[in-house]
Amino acid sequence: MAEAHPVGFQWVMEAKARGAKIIHVDPRFTRTSALADTFVPIRAGSDIAFLGGIVNYVLSNELDFREYVVNYTNAAAIVSDDFQDTDDLDGLFSGYDPETRTYDPTSWQYAGDEPAADDEQNPEMQRETASALQHESHGSGVKANPPRDETLQDPRCVYQVLKRHYARYTPEMVARTCGVSEEQFREVCEAWTANSNPDRTTALVYSVGWTQHSVGVQYIRTGAILQLLLGNMGRPGGGVMALRGHASIQGSTDIPTLFNLLPGYLPMPNAVEHQSLEQWIEAVSQPDAKGFWANASAYGVNLLKAYFGDAATPENDFCFDYLPKITGDHGTYSTVMDMIDGKVKGYFLLGQNPAVGSAHGRAQRLGMANLDWVVVRDLFEIESATFWKTSPEVATGEIVPEECRTEVFLMPAASHVEKEGTFTQTQRMLQWREKAVEPPDDCRSELWFFYHLGRMVRERYADSTEERDLPIQQLAWDYPTHGPLVEPSAEAVLMEINGFEVESGRPLSSFIEMKADGSTLGGCWIYTGVYKDGVNQAARRKPGSDQSFVAPEWGWAWPANRRMLYNRASADPSGKPWSERKAYVWWDEDAGEWTGHDVPDFEKTKPPSYRPPDGAAGVEGLAGNDPFIMQGDGKGALYVPQGLIDGPMPTHYEPVESPFRNPFYAQQANPTSKEYVRPDNPSNPSPSQGHSEVYPYVFTTSRLTEHHTAGGMSRFVARLAELQPEMFIEVSPELADERGLEPGGWATIITSRSAIEARVLVTDRLTPLKVEGRTVHQVWLPYHWGEGGLVTGDSANDLIGISLDPNVLIQESKVGTCDVRPGRRPTGPALRRLVMDYQNDAGLTTAHAVEDTKESQS
Amino acid sequence: MTSLFRENDLWGPLDPSEEAGYGEDRPKRKGFFTDTSICIGCKACEVACKEWNDVPADHFDMLGSSYDNSHSLNANQWRHVAFIEQPKRLGDQESGLRQSVDLGMPVMAPSSPPEEQPPDGAEKPDFRWLMSSDVCKHCTHAACLDVCPTGSLFRSEFGTVVVQDDICNGCGYCVPACPYGVIERRKGPDGAKNVGIAQKCTLCYDRLEAGQTPACAQACPTQSIQFGDVEELRERANTRVAQLNDAGVMDARLYGNDPDDGVGGAGAFFLLLDEPEVYGFPPDPVVTTRDLPHMFRRASAAAAVMLAGAAVSFLGRRR
Repeated sequence: MAEAHPVGFQWVMEAKARGAKIIHVDPRFTRTSALADTFVPIRAGSDIAFLGGIVNYVLSNELDFREYVVNYTNAAAIVSDDFQDTDDLDGLFSGYDPETRTYDPTSWQYAGDEPAADDEQNPEMQRETASALQHESHGSGVKANPPRDETLQDPRCVYQVLKRHYARYTPEMVARTCGVSEEQFREVCEAWTANSNPDRTTALVYSVGWTQHSVGVQYIRTGAILQLLLGNMGRPGGGVMALRGHASIQGSTDIPTLFNLLPGYLPMPNAVEHQSLEQWIEAVSQPDAKGFWANASAYGVNLLKAYFGDAATPENDFCFDYLPKITGDHGTYSTVMDMIDGKVKGYFLLGQNPAVGSAHGRAQRLGMANLDWVVVRDLFEIESATFWKTSPEVATGEIVPEECRTEVFLMPAASHVEKEGTFTQTQRMLQWREKAVEPPDDCRSELWFFYHLGRMVRERYADSTEERDLPIQQLAWDYPTHGPLVEPSAEAVLMEINGFEVESGRPLSSFIEMKADGSTLGGCWIYTGVYKDGVNQAARRKPGSDQSFVAPEWGWAWPANRRMLYNRASADPSGKPWSERKAYVWWDEDAGEWTGHDVPDFEKTKPPSYRPPDGAAGVEGLAGNDPFIMQGDGKGALYVPQGLIDGPMPTHYEPVESPFRNPFYAQQANPTSKEYVRPDNPSNPSPSQGHSEVYPYVFTTSRLTEHHTAGGMSRFVARLAELQPEMFIEVSPELADERGLEPGGWATIITSRSAIEARVLVTDRLTPLKVEGRTVHQVWLPYHWGEGGLVTGDSANDLIGISLDPNVLIQESKVGTCDVRPGRRPTGPALRRLVMDYQNDAGLTTAHAVEDTKESQS
Repeated sequence: MTSLFRENDLWGPLDPSEEAGYGEDRPKRKGFFTDTSICIGCKACEVACKEWNDVPADHFDMLGSSYDNSHSLNANQWRHVAFIEQPKRLGDQESGLRQSVDLGMPVMAPSSPPEEQPPDGAEKPDFRWLMSSDVCKHCTHAACLDVCPTGSLFRSEFGTVVVQDDICNGCGYCVPACPYGVIERRKGPDGAKNVGIAQKCTLCYDRLEAGQTPACAQACPTQSIQFGDVEELRERANTRVAQLNDAGVMDARLYGNDPDDGVGGAGAFFLLLDEPEVYGFPPDPVVTTRDLPHMFRRASAAAAVMLAGAAVSFLGRRR
């Protein structure tokens, strides 16, 4: 966190000064570790084993926060008799189909819920469309009232299922799998549990590299299970904090840049399944479930009204037919493969540098070199604009500048001080930013670029009589502009996102005011309220010292300026704070309403004693002790009956590339991971395939404080570039000794995708670990360099292949295997020969990933 | 002789701005307290300093000395963050790297020859990673200022020591005078301003005049660099050392805070977690002009003797 989020780390230091204990778990000792009380070195890719071990410690010692667990989680829910766990099936859950490598989740349901309520999409299509991501704020779509055993004794209740599932995650197994000593592991267990009770809470903080695994979603799930068991969710000082990768990445999922989402986490309609507005709305609102998604028709209609304005009427389904529909995987990696295969014509890159920053750099660059055009909007001429003349593939002869067909349009972008608008940070808080100076020369804001691009496209189509051009012609695209640059008004856009009454123009103050009849419009229902009373709430800057510790008058957080989600859980089932020290929101009996330091995340006047009538669904179906109001059953999910592709509970699988067999089960890796099996995307073999010794070391990558991601904002700026001027590799003294690596000298790192070179930094901050009785060496690489900028170097992402988590299609880019040898890499065509030699030694002529999966079935 | 040098002019405790002739309405002495125990080595101070003061970037080579790539304080580096990796325990910290590592098992690399392995369970030494942001000390008794022949270096009303670029003639007398090796004449790079001129931290004199915090302290995310009234900072530093000692960090100590030290106490002082030499600080810096009065007295006496001798010789002739 200190490395990638130094500004946020000030709060960790402040907490430490007040007596908090900081534990840091990481493959290498970083600047975070330097300031932590305890550092726990871990083998990259073994996190579920580690956290699962803590879950086992909690459950086998009954250290869970029992009253919280019984009332606020699904611990008491009874699971179907048909469910079989990984213990029974040696690493697989029931319902696995080896042909499609997917699960039928019917047997995972709560008793009485089979067959699945969410069975309209087949699991293969769900993986293709990253459906779990579409449900990011939905929660699982389970039905409202499963059978329960509040004594938690029924062998089929979630609590007991969970307990059995994690029983084999013993301290010994943690040590064997993760390389963490039993002593250190116990210390973490004791610290975490001792600090989680009515009086105290523990926060789990991760940075987004944690998600970049073939089991990335299940990493986070394990953390969430632990925090639920210990009563750390919805309470001050607790939670699972995702530190986002850069400014406003939270905003770019809220108002998404993802292929399968529309603003406010409305799923992008599917061409086959959602042929009408009604079908689409029904799929979102899940009529049988509890919670606030029941109002999805209002959210969907308001978005369509924002898009198409007066043209959107009840008679034409509010122009639902104009929305693009998805048909499968249109994610960034499948798009890259399609580029290589010549199926893509053009590409827009906005502040993104995939030639350096995305997994499998060679595939990225070869793909871009096979387009008709690419538009790059950036502050500098980054590698994704120069790949055709400077990339490593030019040296190897794979790209010939004179013949490269791609036309590059480099558009200079305005920096964050040269434009106005909002950032949304990880706490879902929008902060308005003023323009400090005019952008120089031809530099323009994104808003300017897209507004005028849209305006000019619409001019081209203005006279068309083709029906297919109606969506462009009828798009509501009238924003006021100002100044010599004809800059669109960012506040007008924010106002549209907030929403207003169509007749009067009155800004909406809450999404509850949204109507499904077309009388209101709003571009992103969860952001409604940011322009409450016609005031830009995101621009509020009342100092923290002048208000309560929750600081509700600094910026604005969605939803409804609520600073902590699910905060009903900060009070006990009767509505009283769990303790004075941790009081946050509570039920005021006299006033008959919820009150407290934050905006209560609950219906204001629904008493804790409320129980829904039989058959109630939607908001009415939420009981007074159902704090997780976006979940189908109102409870925190220790066990996920549906919504995930790879299983209802996190299970340790080895990374796609690993020097070890899975110590827990015969099933080696995630059986459902999304693979692109093709010769230009090989995977290094794992032990069951033989030759894994060709790539004997584990590598992981991350960021340095001194650089920003793919370096587009740091390598081109002298005062930043000089801070870390060269690409390097960190190795332990033991590995340096084993491989003859000289401090300050060069090393070549080789995988089946590519080979790169780096300067050698020998440091005690990396240590060999003992895993499965063997010594494993891990190396670490920063990934900031490319051939452009003031300081140049090879790109670590060239080493990484494309294997994806099945739930959200994120790449496994934080763990892989490699070889390391002293000296510089060969240049020119000899570079590819070196990589091929290694591929031959590893027997990589066939597709391994799928075969391995099949093999482990037999 | 004594009338030329008042007590503590060049040695011992003193309010430097008062001594420089600023009146009763002068501001309180300003300085930095750099608490290295909470420095996270982000180098924001280095960048903020260079941006605000237009100090050029000129060093694009990796040093291989942990994460330190800026080398030292010099004309183009007014803040410098040191990184020290040590086989030593930090207070009660569990570094996790002390665990016994059994390297006696077969290694996985097929090509590596069998080699001598330490015995099973050999204990690795402990580990800690220290970071510290160094800066001009703005000494109470500043030799650079004392030796400057042009008056380019002056004592500001805030008690700080500042170079006036347009007066400095580049003579370089100040360079060897500094007991910390801070001040230096700028040698480049090409096109940079003030080449040939003595350069160092001004404690952001221009920002202080506008009531602003110096750029480095403003940028520091963890408040490792604290800016304020020296007197108050000294108290804060004492409290912090006591707090750390109570928490088991017995190595914590202050450097440069003592008005009775060799420079009369620094305006920028530090909380360190090891001996000063470890961070590249001189252990017992002494203002290089400390002996000036003494030398002056000696020289005067010698001159007097010579004059007397000369007089005597004339007297002899008259006789």
